[in-house]
Amino acid sequence: MKITKEEVSHIASLSRLSFEPEELDVISLQLNDILIYIEKLNGLDTSGVEPVTHAHDLVNAFRDDEVKEWLSNDEAMDNAPQSDNGQFKVPRII
Amino acid sequence: MDDAGLLRLSCLELRALLDKGEITSFELTNACLRRIEEVDKKVNAYITVDRDGALMGSKKADEMIRKGESRPFTGIPIGLKDVLCTKGLRTTCASKILKDFIPPYDATVVERLRAEGAVILGKLNMDEFAMGSSTENSAFFPTKNPWNLDCIPGGSSGGSAASVASLTSCASLGSDTGGSIRQPASHCGIVGMKPAYGRVSRFGLVAFASSLDQIGPMTKTVKDCALMLNSIAGSDIRDSTSHPSPCPDFLDYTDRDIKGMTIGVPLEYMSEGLHNDVKEAVEGAISKLEDAGAVIKEITLPHTEYAVSAYYIIAPSEASSNLMRYDGVKYGFRAGDYDDLMDMYIKTRSMGFGQEVKRRIMLGTFSLASGYYDAYYKKASQVRGIIAEDFQKAFNECDIILAPVAPTPAFRLGEKTDDPLEMYLSDIFTIPVNLAGLPAISVPCALSSSGLPIGIQFIGPQMGDHLCIQFASFYERLRGNFGECPIS
Repeated sequence: MKITKEEVSHIASLSRLSFEPEELDVISLQLNDILIYIEKLNGLDTSGVEPVTHAHDLVNAFRDDEVKEWLSNDEAMDNAPQSDNGQFKVPRII
Repeated sequence: MDDAGLLRLSCLELRALLDKGEITSFELTNACLRRIEEVDKKVNAYITVDRDGALMGSKKADEMIRKGESRPFTGIPIGLKDVLCTKGLRTTCASKILKDFIPPYDATVVERLRAEGAVILGKLNMDEFAMGSSTENSAFFPTKNPWNLDCIPGGSSGGSAASVASLTSCASLGSDTGGSIRQPASHCGIVGMKPAYGRVSRFGLVAFASSLDQIGPMTKTVKDCALMLNSIAGSDIRDSTSHPSPCPDFLDYTDRDIKGMTIGVPLEYMSEGLHNDVKEAVEGAISKLEDAGAVIKEITLPHTEYAVSAYYIIAPSEASSNLMRYDGVKYGFRAGDYDDLMDMYIKTRSMGFGQEVKRRIMLGTFSLASGYYDAYYKKASQVRGIIAEDFQKAFNECDIILAPVAPTPAFRLGEKTDDPLEMYLSDIFTIPVNLAGLPAISVPCALSSSGLPIGIQFIGPQMGDHLCIQFASFYERLRGNFGECPIS
């Protein structure tokens, strides 16, 4: 096994996801299959190769930092599952 | 002319009729809406039909035309993949987690088309968050292939492809992260283009894998594709990855010859695993192009076999990070019953996301986790560089690359849903292009022995969108009439 069920549970918790026990069995097997396939990459020597994380040659795009009209507070809050007084409402944290 | 007869016309032909006053946008839009009512119950391309918005838009467009302010898409009814934000119009990403999300702004591409007076008919089905190759991962319903309702339309832009093929929109927009425009275009017998990375602003495109995602046109003809690319392309201050290089008039490249230009055919794409009908289609296209004066050259992209592996680390890694925003706080679904903040996050996400999305979030989180990062994400990023270099070398020897789009014609609904890896491998010929950020266009080529469309793709060099259009358009003329989609 490339990944144990315990590891899958740990990854689930990092992903903020939970799975029923039978779902966990299925996803563990599927992740294993995928990781075995992905192992193919180990057949390729990449020592000294720079990692590429972007598809074109641009490095940075600068613009002036100007204040512009954008969404009003009301518009920004329109989709909030819960809000109060123009602010997002979440369960008590502290 | 009946609705289907009218709607079979290209956007360019409709433009002429609209400008001559032979039809109005209001009539054309009504024809689309009638056609949707008639045909879409079989195809299921639309998640949302915006009847009122479309009719209102058509009246505005007719006013523009009357005043002589007509532009290429004024009054043309189009559909949008439901991954593009539309102000005031529900945008779901085919996910339960966004099922009631109403964006407060338009994506840049939507804004640009609206400014031209394009009529927006509604939002088109897709695999949830654009993750899939069959549109079966939609949280709502699968879309059917209009050529054969037992088959998938391809994905993830399956609704966009199926609606153009079944004449329920005159053109549509899709998005392509690993083939999601080109593969459904190929399966549905239409033109679909993934522009070069940076060519089209991604602002307002719900992010899947930001370094791979591109929005592109899905149309009946290459000229329509060029026309639509003209409307949506160009840098945008709101997308810092949009490219500042100037855009040529893409329509200008649709009537050019390709005599003496070199077409590279990658050895690795024509090997085993390729369905015989697809192989014959590509070979047929090659010989036609050669007879027409193109120079055909065998080339090699030696690291092709590693592309799917690299992609299924990189795309899920970016997705796992991008999709962390769905936490039930600012917008979207929030679970109803929870103990504390962490419990709210977990329940919201576990109830809101479908199986494939969860699988990819898990795969991405794993690839980025400490202890695995070097072996997975970093390794895949190095391989990405090697694959991009393969293309660079190949373009020293040719002007364009010709390749199959998908290894087989459209498969049957349910055929691959139990085996995610099998589904991933259906993108083997489209994924390398996204890793390298190149432009590519799928154009209909032939029908399979069972009557399903097969497309071929022209892959261009960095920012060489115009070359893709030039070759695709030339080939389209050479090919002549393509079969008619049988749905009625």
